[in-house]
Amino acid sequence: MSQELIPYITEARPDTGLTNGKIGIWCFLASEVMLFGAFFASYIVLRTTATEWPHGSSILNVPLATVNTIVLITSSVTMVMAWASLMRNDFGKYRMFLGATVLLGFCFLGIKYVEYSAKFEHHLLPSTNNFLAIYFIMTGLHGLHVIGGMITNAYFLVAAPSYWDHDRALLGHRVEYSGLFWHFVDLVWIFLFPILYLL
Amino acid sequence: MSDTHAARAAHDPAEIDRHVRTYIMVFATLMVLTLVTVAVSYLHLEIHEAVAIALLIATVKASLVALFFMHLVSERQVVLSILALTGFFAVALLLLPVVTNLDHITTADMPVGATAGAHSSESAHH
Repeated sequence: MSQELIPYITEARPDTGLTNGKIGIWCFLASEVMLFGAFFASYIVLRTTATEWPHGSSILNVPLATVNTIVLITSSVTMVMAWASLMRNDFGKYRMFLGATVLLGFCFLGIKYVEYSAKFEHHLLPSTNNFLAIYFIMTGLHGLHVIGGMITNAYFLVAAPSYWDHDRALLGHRVEYSGLFWHFVDLVWIFLFPILYLL
Repeated sequence: MSDTHAARAAHDPAEIDRHVRTYIMVFATLMVLTLVTVAVSYLHLEIHEAVAIALLIATVKASLVALFFMHLVSERQVVLSILALTGFFAVALLLLPVVTNLDHITTADMPVGATAGAHSSESAHH
């Protein structure tokens, strides 16, 4: 039924060779690149024109952020493993890996909460200086993306049995799109970590 | 490559096994690079070297994620074209502030923020 409303959701469109969903998620990610790009450009402006700029490690907690980097990279691996399990028709492992991805998302947010709380306790606020302003904006926007990715992943965890019974191919495609978003969130963090914490 | 990546893979367990081996290798590489970039930051290199090394490592890591986890290594031309266009504009966006500051950066007496090695949380806000 939905096939007639929105065409090419599980079959590739002949001219692009892709499903419309795949084109859609990549166009969305392209817009996300520009959104984060604007903040990275702002960072460059603030930093190159500042007379003084603190080393990230003098204010921020590098060990915690290193753990968070490892958590996020691991969650990207569990995400692709969830997709691969689905391709192998292994529903149990799919749920295990996707569940692990969501849990690792909570883990990332938990560590971020600890970091933010420590800053607030020491009265280090976005209004304190430009470094903290761009730090809170960029990690805050990234954190919102983590929450967004966790919501879609959680949905594909909860709704999976009904997809599994009715349209396995569709579940495979949608989990792949959700994964593309999740990997993008990981990719942004890969740049945020060195520029905010290590330089 | 007549079909989409996922649809082809779904019918070929051997290919999925190959994918999984790649994922594990990429995972190990990303972990090593994460530790390397943190270790390098503790060496307290000169700022230009530190920036170059950190950005190089981050770019390699991001490329691994995009190529293998996001399957760009076997993606269709349409997606690669969209991304090439996005990459062009994203680079332009990042270069814009650098270009507008070019006269300052090339003027030796301008105190560029990057040279400030202050280990204090002093405000950069005047």
